[in-house]
Amino acid sequence: MVTEAQVWDALAEIPDPEIPVISLVDLGVIRDVAIENGNVRIEFTPTFLGCPALEVMRDAMANKIRDLGAEPDVQVLLDDSWSTDKITAAGREKLRVSGFAPPAPRGATDLVQLNRAVFRCPYCGSTDTRLENIFGPTPCRSLRYCAACRQPFEQFKTI
Amino acid sequence: MNAQELLQIADDELILGWRDSEWTGIAPSLEEDVAFSSIAQNEIGHARALYELVSRELGTDADSLAFDRHPSEYRCAALVEQRRMDWAHAIARHFLYETADEIRLAALKQSDDGAVAGLAAKMDREEVYHRLHARMWNDRLQAEPRYEDALVELWPYALGVLAPNQRTALAKRVGREEVDAIERNGHSDELLELREEMTMVRRSVPGATW
Repeated sequence: MVTEAQVWDALAEIPDPEIPVISLVDLGVIRDVAIENGNVRIEFTPTFLGCPALEVMRDAMANKIRDLGAEPDVQVLLDDSWSTDKITAAGREKLRVSGFAPPAPRGATDLVQLNRAVFRCPYCGSTDTRLENIFGPTPCRSLRYCAACRQPFEQFKTI
Repeated sequence: MNAQELLQIADDELILGWRDSEWTGIAPSLEEDVAFSSIAQNEIGHARALYELVSRELGTDADSLAFDRHPSEYRCAALVEQRRMDWAHAIARHFLYETADEIRLAALKQSDDGAVAGLAAKMDREEVYHRLHARMWNDRLQAEPRYEDALVELWPYALGVLAPNQRTALAKRVGREEVDAIERNGHSDELLELREEMTMVRRSVPGATW
């Protein structure tokens, strides 16, 4: 009989398809795991509704559960219950190490705040960085530029 | 909130997503290629989530709602149907639509239906970034006569995005006099053309998966 702990461990092995340095568990998008009669129900929130990796993530979770010998029931929650504030401390560090500035706390979502908030360059640590484009390669990312080391980098948007 | 009202919003987001995506590769700068492509992707994501919600009520699925309805059943506003605008019109539409959408989402967030209110809250948080982009361009272009002409031309269409009781708020928000709105009655040939295009694979290979 599969346990919740085994499910969480298995889910922690699934990388974000777009930012593979961080797992779905570190990202905080798995809201709940429940086991009933050998069925594993997972509640999951997309980072952005326009996330192109939504189905890939859903299939990856279902496959992990089948590998554990249980039947998956992955529910996609279409609500506001996930926030980038739910990214774990370990997840934030993994983002930083791989060149992504972690998101600012929720609330910092107007242009003035985005321009004023201190975003540290993940390469050199300088705070002399500026917003280049609100949009990046996926809906959850923005582009910034570090004036100190002249390196463009990506920033996880606050949601 | 009834299914037809949610379908209006879903159709607006789907069609606008397609229109925004038409800038991919030909926007005035690379940054805008990225921005419009990303906004397009997210609007289509919103459409998908709304169709999903409606499909539970109607006993169908999101793809069927997006692609299998008769053209006359689409509920989108005339504002989002228009194709191949110049940059002034594209930004005018973007600014007017995002401002209208903010008013509409604020109302939806108050819905008695928890699923609708929850989804509206999620969409609203994401739309913040679309609004920032729209306002930045509005500020940048507002002294340009060509941009003002585009705003004037699209203004009656923008009013038609909202329910009559929300239009005064939009007029106030964008600082314009309320005029007769162009309502959601019938569709332009431009929408029919787009529908042909976006349903091509689905029609030619029914049930295709990949």
